[in-house]
Order: sequence, then C-alpha cells, then structure tokens
Amino acid sequence: MTDVDDQQLTALLSAAETGVDCDGVTAELKADGYLFETPDEHHVGLSEPAFREIAGRNPWFVSNWYYWHGRDRPDTEIAFLRWLENADDLSVSDRYEMMADGDLVASWGELRIEITLADDGNRIYTVRNEADAERTIETLEIRSDPFTARELVKHDDRGRYRPLKTAPTLPTGWTFVDLDGRALAETVEYVYPATIANWYLEQQGKLDVDHWRETMQRQSGIYGLIKTWDRGDGYEHVNWVTEACCDDSQCLKRREWEYDDETTLDVDGGEGVFPCREPCSLVVSAARKWTQLEAEEPKRYEFELTPSEKEQLEAIIDAVADGETESIREADIYNGANRYRTRFLRAKRVDEAGRLCGVSTETDADTDTDADEST
Amino acid sequence: MQALVIVAHGSHLNPDASTPTYDHADTIRSAGVFDEVRTAFWKEEPSFREVLRTLESEEVYVVPLFISEGYFTEEVIPRELRLEGWDLDEWDSDGTSATHATFEATDVGKTVHYCGPVGTHDAMSEVIVRRAETVTGDDDVGDGFALAVVGHGTERNENSAKAVHLHADKIAKTGRFEEVKALFMDEDPEVDDVTDFFETTDIIVVPLFIADGYHTQEDIPEDMGLTDDHRTGWETPAAVDDHRIWYAGAVGTEALMAEVVLERAADAGAAVETAIRDIDRRTKPSANIGAGD
Repeated sequence: MTDVDDQQLTALLSAAETGVDCDGVTAELKADGYLFETPDEHHVGLSEPAFREIAGRNPWFVSNWYYWHGRDRPDTEIAFLRWLENADDLSVSDRYEMMADGDLVASWGELRIEITLADDGNRIYTVRNEADAERTIETLEIRSDPFTARELVKHDDRGRYRPLKTAPTLPTGWTFVDLDGRALAETVEYVYPATIANWYLEQQGKLDVDHWRETMQRQSGIYGLIKTWDRGDGYEHVNWVTEACCDDSQCLKRREWEYDDETTLDVDGGEGVFPCREPCSLVVSAARKWTQLEAEEPKRYEFELTPSEKEQLEAIIDAVADGETESIREADIYNGANRYRTRFLRAKRVDEAGRLCGVSTETDADTDTDADEST
Repeated sequence: MQALVIVAHGSHLNPDASTPTYDHADTIRSAGVFDEVRTAFWKEEPSFREVLRTLESEEVYVVPLFISEGYFTEEVIPRELRLEGWDLDEWDSDGTSATHATFEATDVGKTVHYCGPVGTHDAMSEVIVRRAETVTGDDDVGDGFALAVVGHGTERNENSAKAVHLHADKIAKTGRFEEVKALFMDEDPEVDDVTDFFETTDIIVVPLFIADGYHTQEDIPEDMGLTDDHRTGWETPAAVDDHRIWYAGAVGTEALMAEVVLERAADAGAAVETAIRDIDRRTKPSANIGAGD
C-alpha cells in the first residue's frame, strides 16, 4: 500500500484530540496545534491540513494504528492478533515489509498462520496445517467460513475420531483464506477451543490453574472413585498419568497443573504455546480406569520366554505407546512389533484361551482365597 | 451483549454425539438473535469448565441439551460452570418443571441464566410430533398411526421416565394419533415388545434421546426386531409381527429442537420471540429451505 486511507486519517485526527500512542506513532492535539511523531519524524504546532499532509506521508503508521485502535475489538482478540505478528517487538516498518513479502508467519499448535496486508492496511490471515507449509494453495481445499473448521477437525488424516482437540493429529490438506481478525479468532476457537482465552489469562498473570488434587476432589458420580487413588504423600501415579496423556506427543497444551499447589510433578509440562489449566475430561476418564486397575495387588507369574521374545514384548509396548504400529512396514520382520513377528509370537506363546505361555491370570493363591470365601 | 451456550454430553468415542448440538447452534446462530452462540460439552471441548471464558458477553443463557432433570443438570453442569450459590431449590422443580434461575459464574463474573433441560419443556411434545412427521414424510400424520415415545427408563434417574410420560400423555390428549404410549429400554413396558402394546398397524417409534448412538442406532432397532444386525440397517417402515414400525431415531436430531432451546432461553428472559417463529417455519419437513428466498 502506498496511499493513506482518508477514512483512517480522519479517524486518527479525531483520536488525536484525546491522544494517540501506538507502536511508535504519537499524535496529540496541543494548545499550539497537532503533534505528530514517528521514530523518524517529529512535528509540532501542525494545523489540521498540515497534520493530514504529514500523517498522509506515513500511511503504514496510520493504517497500523487504525487496525489496532480504529474499531471495537475484545481485548483478548487484540492481544492474540498482536502476539501473532510480534507487534510488541517488531517495528511497524519491519512488520509491514514482512507482511508485504509474505514472511510474517505465526504458529499456534499445529496451525500455520500467515499474515499479509490488504491495500488499506487491514490484515488478511491465512491458516493451514503447518505440515502443509510447502504445499501450493491449488493443492489444498480452500475454505473461508470458520464454522466449517468444527467438522474439519473431528477426524485425523486416518479417519479416526479426535476426542481431544489439542492432540497433535490435526488433519492436513485444507486452508482457510481471506480471514479478518475476528474470523481468524473464530477459526482458532473451533480448532483449539478456549486456548486463546486461557493464553490471554496467562499473559495477564490471571490463569486459574486447578491442580490434580483439587480436580479429582471435585469429581462425583462414577468419577468420585478417583479420589481414592491419592494416598498419603505419593504422587508417582500422577507422574505416570501425565507421562501417558499430557506429553507433547499426545497433547499440544502446556501443562501448568501439578499434583497440588505445593507438589510439583516430576514430568515436564511441555513446550506448547497455550496452557492447560486443569486435567481434562480424557485424563479424568482414564484416571478412573487406572484407579480401578491400580487397586489390584501385583502377583508373581512365571513365563518362559527367549531373550528375544522378552525384547519383542518390549518393542510391542513401545510401538503401541508411541503410535507407531501403522508405520512398521509390512515385511519388516526385523522389527519386533511387526505384525508377522507378533502373530508368530502369539502362535507360539499364547494358548487358545489367549493366555501368555498358557499361564492363568488367576494364580493358585487366588483359587485358595476363592475357596475360603465360598465357605 | 447476550450469549447462548448450549451444553451437552458429547462423547470421547462417538464422533456423531456432538452433531445435533452443533446443528441446533447453527440454526440459532443464523437467526441472529444472540451476539454469540456457543456449544460446550462434558466429554468434548470447549468443556463446561472453560466455555464461559470464551465469551465476550456478560449476559449468558445456558440451555442443557439433556432429556431430563437429574445428575447432569442438577450437579455436574452448575458445578463445572461455577454457578455461585447454586441450589436445586432455586429451580423449584417437581422433577420436570424447572424453568431457569440466575447466578454469577465465579471465575468470569458473568451473569448466567441457567435453564432447565430441553427435554422437559412443553414444546418438546411438538418436536416429538414433528419427528413423527419427518419420519413419515407427512405433515398431517396421525390418522391410522400409533406413537410410541421411548425413554431410557429409571435405571439411573426417576425423572427420566417422568419426562417420557409427560410428553406421551400430552400428545395422547391431543387425540391426533390412534394410540400413544410411553415405552422404556430397561423397565416395563419394554420397547422390545413394542407390537404387543398397540392395536394400530402403523407404529411410529420416537426415542426421547438427544443424540444418535449406541442405544438409538444399535440397541433399540435390534430389540424391536427391525433388524438382526444394526450394521445392515433396516427398512422404514419395517415389518414386525403384522405391524409396520416407523423408527425415527433420536428426537434430539430433529431440526425443530432448536426452537425448544430458544424457548428455554425466552422463558429465562432472552428476547428471541421472532427467531422462534422463524425456526418453526423453516424446519417443517415440507419447508423448501433455501430454494429462492
């Protein structure tokens, strides 16, 4: 853009009466006339036509001010949009040059958000999966209605339902184009619900974190059971939960909750941009199951395995836990978690009743106990 | 500014559980009477816990997309929304008569008009009838047809059965259908024996459920004998024991449900009257939506 927008200039002139200070531009109506200042220029005692002329030679500063202050926007949205273009650290000139060159790109979870300029200085946002960064737009499905994001993010690229919106399994192959600031915030809200709101609260030092203990104490109904999992000072079980569910490989939120407000978990909260302020419903549901399972006492079983078979079981656990079973090649019989290898292990070591090495889950001790109880 | 939040159960496993909630939110959003329309879920996101902070509005109408008053509407939702001073007595309900009560949500300082569930609203009877019209494709269906309203039963919540009886009785009194009965999944009279309870050959079966899922798409069709295996589907109508069963699927998926959501908000003071009339007109099976106007 080269020319200043008259409407924006008039709005700036009007705002100068109460004072404008935005990203390096200052405009004020003083007793001796208007003041107009940028990092490179300083003018005082300007008449209105002079103000119009000088400000008009700085269209970037005028339109930048107008974009951020010329309309009514929620504080949350302003903070988010300014953070995206790094407005607090980059000068107006730097940002405008980057936007003109298509070099201003931000990241939010797996979203790649490209910020460019319309002729009047309004920002135009384009969103796609960061995995599609190098793809040409013609190869992507083009969208412009934020509401359609809701259905889009329901399934991953393998067609599996995504119960957790912040799982790092955002589908690829689409792009939202021509979004204004409001439409961008809406789109992000549907892709990663409440992440902007919680990020903004955190920015202000007002994020209300509910730790594990208080979250589980709050549960009722079938989830009330989870309270019984917390015993004494131990919190190792919660370390395991967060390692299982909250790792960056499973969820893009940065976990800010700990065991309680005095006890920090040993597992890192992750590197995500937006915070996680309390255990989510998936963690709560899983915790209920683990509470039931962990009520069992360990038993001693005897299995006969070759060293390779033991290592193969470990490889299978790793492959399942890391979600790598699909990527193990069909004929890669060198990988212990390969399907043929696993089927061989089952054929050899698992009996018709599905028991590993034919060993019953119930031990002799269980049978004795049952007999005692029945009498 | 005023916002509407539709709160529903959602699912970790079933991708379709949220669909009716989204659909009704879209219908209401397009009516343009609220500055913001959002959905929130127990099992999906945004959660009940975090939805209010995503709103700009200070005045929020919360409508539970649940069939009956009970554990979720009385305990879970008020707790998760942090409704200060929530007390069941504020609803002053006999189990099906809650309308609304107003609280402040403590984490966001917004005013929340917390409404009774859609399932117990009087207008829900009309949605059940509309569902019957939809499944038969006849705006005037009634003569020569019986109607079964099917509920979960009292296994977990006695108010659940009350809501089913409430609507079945109300519809019966209109005399529109030859026979109207309330049936249940887990108590007598059981939906398994649906044909035993009706003289009329044609029976429309409307489950009083919010979303289609295991119960409405697997259990009930198989139990009624519409099919041996839900995966192979069934005919509509399906022949069972000399009767024809017109199985409607979950009533909550009916487009007119959006009107009940609005009625709830209107009862709580939201100015939405014109939108209610508009939705009633647009969601009729015979309405030719989008063709010209």
